[in-house]
Amino acid sequence: MLSAQGLVKRFGGITATNNVTLNLCRGARHALIGPNGAGKTTLINLLTGVLDPTEGRIMLDGHDITTMAPHQRVKRGMVRTFQINQLFDTLTPLQTLALTVSQYYGYGLQWWRPLGGNRDVTERCDQLLEQFHLSEVMNQPTHELAYGKRRLLEIAIALACEPRVLLLDEPVAGVPAGEREELLHTVAALPADVSVLLIEHDMDLVFNFAKRMTVMVNGAVLIEGDPDTIANDPQVKAVYLGTGEEVGPADEITGAEAHRV
Amino acid sequence: MKQSAQASLLRSSRLKLWEPAFWLIAMASPWLLSSQALIINEIAIVALFAISLDMILGYTGIVSLGHAAFLGMGAYSAALFAKLVMPDPLVGLLFAMFVSSLLGAICSLMILRGSDLTRLMVTLAMSLILMELANKLDWLTGGTDGLQGVVMGPLLGRFEFDLWGKTAASYSLSVTLLLFIQMRRLVNSPFGATLMAIRDNRLRAMAIGIPVNLRLATIYIFSAGIAGAAGALLAQTSAFASLDVFAFDRSADILLILVIGGAGWLYGGITGAIVFKLMQDILSSITPQYWTFWVGLFLVILVLAGRERLIRPWTWFGGTSHK
Repeated sequence: MLSAQGLVKRFGGITATNNVTLNLCRGARHALIGPNGAGKTTLINLLTGVLDPTEGRIMLDGHDITTMAPHQRVKRGMVRTFQINQLFDTLTPLQTLALTVSQYYGYGLQWWRPLGGNRDVTERCDQLLEQFHLSEVMNQPTHELAYGKRRLLEIAIALACEPRVLLLDEPVAGVPAGEREELLHTVAALPADVSVLLIEHDMDLVFNFAKRMTVMVNGAVLIEGDPDTIANDPQVKAVYLGTGEEVGPADEITGAEAHRV
Repeated sequence: MKQSAQASLLRSSRLKLWEPAFWLIAMASPWLLSSQALIINEIAIVALFAISLDMILGYTGIVSLGHAAFLGMGAYSAALFAKLVMPDPLVGLLFAMFVSSLLGAICSLMILRGSDLTRLMVTLAMSLILMELANKLDWLTGGTDGLQGVVMGPLLGRFEFDLWGKTAASYSLSVTLLLFIQMRRLVNSPFGATLMAIRDNRLRAMAIGIPVNLRLATIYIFSAGIAGAAGALLAQTSAFASLDVFAFDRSADILLILVIGGAGWLYGGITGAIVFKLMQDILSSITPQYWTFWVGLFLVILVLAGRERLIRPWTWFGGTSHK
């Protein structure tokens, strides 16, 4: 479905991603892991069109989207979230979601009707607010919200675009422990044909979620495979998990360990 | 406690009670204060011009130091149209809006690139270039003498523009109100919301599928058209157009007006225009030479103290403001 081939991005003399190839099939639950500075976010920026690749090609549904503008990629169903919240600070969560849904439903140029004037939009907003526990704060300016709520809004905005390919850049970073599970549950409950690429440091989450994983180190793909393969790969243990100890998936590689690395 | 999204969203765009009252008083003011019709006319025009800037500045976050380019374009287009084509004010108004929008379309290509600083310079330069053009093309525009010999036809074929400015003030107020209604619709619409999204966070706006550059260009053209209407009103109600319509002061004045009244709020432009114009009028009659000093002092106090506190005198001494 989404396929990146040989992506290279250089900033001056620095090579941020080096010949990265990544394939997401329909309904993929794919995790992208790697130490800080491995080029994971750069890769997302390349995929979504925030950055232009120096070399390489990106295909979505068999179409070359390498030079396509970011908003056109969204129209084709590729949506992302940001590692650092990117919200509309002076608007309320309700306004934010209403405008996002309006844009998605094709009302973006409608200037004669009020924002709440489309029934389908407001119903979808109610549903999203409920789903992300934002109903209580829906009329507060976004910059006044607690961090956890803003993080939820960050994800809610992306899902309001009804993605077919969803790129999640550390979605639960900074989310209080109680809300984490919930958030991932929402992500896991996405329709089976939505492809998800997850960047995350919390290994518990990653191994629970992913059916397939890619490990990046220093801008290049180290290895790609299923979680078992990754967990038992000596190279991964050496560079990423830091120790050569015997570790199993999910249960033994804890979040704490991963953060220490 | 729990409200539906629809009710909450619609409440913010619903007409407040004081709004029709305000406009009724405004529309009646040329008759109530018939000796002040000229300044009422001026206030209406400046308010319209200020709101046109607010469309791009307050709502979309595009800075501009040269919005007078569109005011001037509208003024000269309307004046020339009346002189050379036909004297009907309404047709002239539409023509002027069209020409200014066209200029806006050309300029919009330049404001899409670069940083805010670039935009400040580019917009300023555009207005200066146009001013110099109007100066050089004196066979058409009258150069530094201004465009004279403009004779306006009666409004709707019936109402002559009189010397006391009653017709003029009513005309400007009506046009301002009509365009205000359009802009009020616009800022409360999905389209308006996408503009505010771009203002708040351009990166995210792109990431939810908003074609940012297209939106910026669209609102810039719209704003230019409105500014052109203000220019047309200015030229038509004075039957004159001179180079100062392009002047930097014009662009700066409406920035001050938005600072006074508040940007990103439609009535901010109107409030600011009223305060600014009255202050200018009153101060310059008290002290014709030094009135700008007092305007300047007022602005310094306004900015340092904040508008919120200035209009709440009871928060000045002791106690904390309950914001």
